[in-house]
Amino acid sequence: MKTKRKIGKIFYHVIVCGLGLVMIYPLVWMVMSSFKETNTIFLTAGQLIPEKFVLSNYINGWKGFAKITFATFFKNSLFIAVVATMGTVFSSALVAYGLARCRFFGRRALFVAMLLSMMLPAQVLMIPQYLWYQKLGWVGSYRPLILPYCFAIQGFFVYMMINFIDGIPRELDEAAKIDGCSYYGIFSRIIMPLISPALITASIFSFMWRWDDFLSALLYINESAKYPVSLALKLFCDPGSSSDYGAMFAMATLSILPAVIIFICLQKYLVEGISTSGLKG
Amino acid sequence: MKDNKGAGLKHFLNKESTAGVVFSLPFIIGFLLFMVVPMGISFYYSLCDYNILSPPVFAGLKNYIKMFTDDKVFSQTIGVTFYFALVSVPLRLIFALMVAMLLLNTTKATGFYRAAYYLPSIIGGSVAVAILWKRMFATDGVVNHLLGIMGIQTSFAWLGNKNTAIWTLIILAVWQFGSSMLIFLSSLKQIPVTLYEAARVDGANKFSQFFKITLPLLTPTIFFNLVMQMINGFLAFTQCFIITQGKPLNSTLFYTVYMYQQSFEFYNTGYGAALAWVMLGIIGLITAILFATKKFWVYTEGV
Repeated sequence: MKTKRKIGKIFYHVIVCGLGLVMIYPLVWMVMSSFKETNTIFLTAGQLIPEKFVLSNYINGWKGFAKITFATFFKNSLFIAVVATMGTVFSSALVAYGLARCRFFGRRALFVAMLLSMMLPAQVLMIPQYLWYQKLGWVGSYRPLILPYCFAIQGFFVYMMINFIDGIPRELDEAAKIDGCSYYGIFSRIIMPLISPALITASIFSFMWRWDDFLSALLYINESAKYPVSLALKLFCDPGSSSDYGAMFAMATLSILPAVIIFICLQKYLVEGISTSGLKG
Repeated sequence: MKDNKGAGLKHFLNKESTAGVVFSLPFIIGFLLFMVVPMGISFYYSLCDYNILSPPVFAGLKNYIKMFTDDKVFSQTIGVTFYFALVSVPLRLIFALMVAMLLLNTTKATGFYRAAYYLPSIIGGSVAVAILWKRMFATDGVVNHLLGIMGIQTSFAWLGNKNTAIWTLIILAVWQFGSSMLIFLSSLKQIPVTLYEAARVDGANKFSQFFKITLPLLTPTIFFNLVMQMINGFLAFTQCFIITQGKPLNSTLFYTVYMYQQSFEFYNTGYGAALAWVMLGIIGLITAILFATKKFWVYTEGV
């Protein structure tokens, strides 16, 4: 009986572990390939470990194209992702507080609008927004990639924060009010510090989404010095512009590095974000 | 006097009804400026002959009529997109549920396993993964090499064949089952153990426990996942755009990519706007259909 259970346990780990390896194999293959000599990558595609570890792919890839290095592209992505994230998290917190704690005319209508905005996907808005931003003269700048997010238009985050604020006892607000604190004081001194876990979760998701965002960069950015990493990588890898697969994989690896680092360090928040807000929707 | 006015304003701003509006102001502005207005403009353009270069000319329902009567590619993309969504979403959910069941009994390595299964869905939407996928399924890519190691020598062009190209995209979508898995995992943990104990006393085996207890209690989660992912499946863009560009012979042309082509490559902006509105209609329809079937298979407590 005991050995039978032990065999069962080993069997379980072999299956789960084997399946897990299949899952991450493509990624490991990409990372390993980025250290192979570029002309040997596809000759030795079936072999995971490089015969000789080389860094030349990273050096060649970093040079980028059109005399612009990947340093510029990474800087652009970082700028867009950080500013848009700060904007979206702060504005979402404001709106969430207003909707969660204040009674006012039109609150219900706003709530419905927020749910609608959650349902309205970016792809449906792609052409409408393009036409509108063109009228506003925003095409070619970072404005379409940053400004809309500073107005709490990602209902998902607002919804998550409302749920979080609902969990904070109202007595805290009341006590502060009696002490002469205004709504704005309550928001900045009580609510903001208490919802910091939700703020962190929202920041992580927002940062990763903005970092990955390819569609809006493709639509709005037409000057290579302004490209974010996602778009630069796509053009870097287009047939014709480069057949240096080593450099391609090296830059692709670097481009997912921020997400992987966040994943490793802040996994707790990611898991919580998915399993709680996913369920409540 | 001045002081008085300032105090009055302060008092006004601190009324509950004003404070609520002030706090909600970002969303009110954002919703109007970045959603309502663009949708309105595009609705007008969808009724026009408009190609960016020349000013729009009102044409009534012409774009919509053309779509349904005189555009073979349109019906083809609808077919492709539905095929993709209807195959990849159920497969992804089945995988997610299976792996979630496996990870339910906690061992020391569970954290590590969970991370390995979840990582692909974190980065799966990125350009890097799309590029990787394209190279993996190339004639000299890793897939053919691994098949060679297993004894199947081939230089099959997975992306060049109209039967297999769509499957590379489906596999990529199924590969990202991690976030659904996490959702399943957390709702599996909420099922009371007493139910299983009672079933065991009654002599139910693991198999009927799963179909009589686990699955019914999971149906609300499955429903939620199904709605969200059918919508997202219908909206896939980046992967198709980078990996296949709709090739070969439009056999992988997703609706969103076709919309992009019409608007930004052929400059049929009015037509593109009409396509966007039809997409919204289709998404609404999918959601409505799913909700209509809800009462037949989704378990609700206390009913």
